[in-house]
Amino acid sequence: MVPISWYIAVAAVLFLIGVSGVLMRRNIIVVLMSIELMLNSVNINFVAFSYMLGDMTGQIFSIFTITVTAAEVAVALGILIALVRNRKTFNVDEIDTLKG
Amino acid sequence: MEKFFFLMFAITALCSGLAVVTLRNPVHSAVSLMLCLVQVAALFVLLRSPFVAVAQVFIYVGAVMVLFLFVVLILDIKKAAIETFPPVKRRFVGGVIAVLGIELLAFIFASPFGTAPADAAETTTESIGKLLFTKYLFPFEVVSIILLAALVAAVIMAKERQR
Repeated sequence: MVPISWYIAVAAVLFLIGVSGVLMRRNIIVVLMSIELMLNSVNINFVAFSYMLGDMTGQIFSIFTITVTAAEVAVALGILIALVRNRKTFNVDEIDTLKG
Repeated sequence: MEKFFFLMFAITALCSGLAVVTLRNPVHSAVSLMLCLVQVAALFVLLRSPFVAVAQVFIYVGAVMVLFLFVVLILDIKKAAIETFPPVKRRFVGGVIAVLGIELLAFIFASPFGTAPADAAETTTESIGKLLFTKYLFPFEVVSIILLAALVAAVIMAKERQR
């Protein structure tokens, strides 16, 4: 049997990889992909605890997470297309119109 | 045997996850993210939840990643957007993340999580459906409205503005 803590550790390391991608990469598409990685590691946690406790609520919640992620990606990529049409930049640091 | 498969999937998932962040070309990042998501689906199968695994493959690998690849190909990323990793300016951030990671792993392995029951039954799609349409009916409806709103928003955002 695989101990549950191994799954949690994999999820934690995947989350940290995603955080490092968000904080260290400047390409907006890669930043969005790193957010996907982080959400996915949360799903691993949900399903692992659901398995450990014998309760299916975790799996239901992971399904909801997957759905909301799909919605988030659709909106984010729509915004990205509109942004690139106006600004012609992929660098997150150059997108600072709201700074005033 | 299960440990062998777990290690195989977990190591592949972590390596491809690292590749998402470190590869310079966004197309390569997208393909390795696809590999990572498939490995995570395999981990879900090991956790006896085949429905979530199939949903993961359908939605993430089938829909989300294809959307990503389409956008990457439509937007025609020039050499300017391609950068090196890790950027020299942000080494400090990497150090902080590494320290936090070591701390997190130490806590996880020191905690008494226990192991799963050896005779854990595989959850069936039927039981998930029953739970989803009885106890969690309201969140289900809310999520469907969120999806509708996201659909409309994505179309309006990506539409060419009328002058």
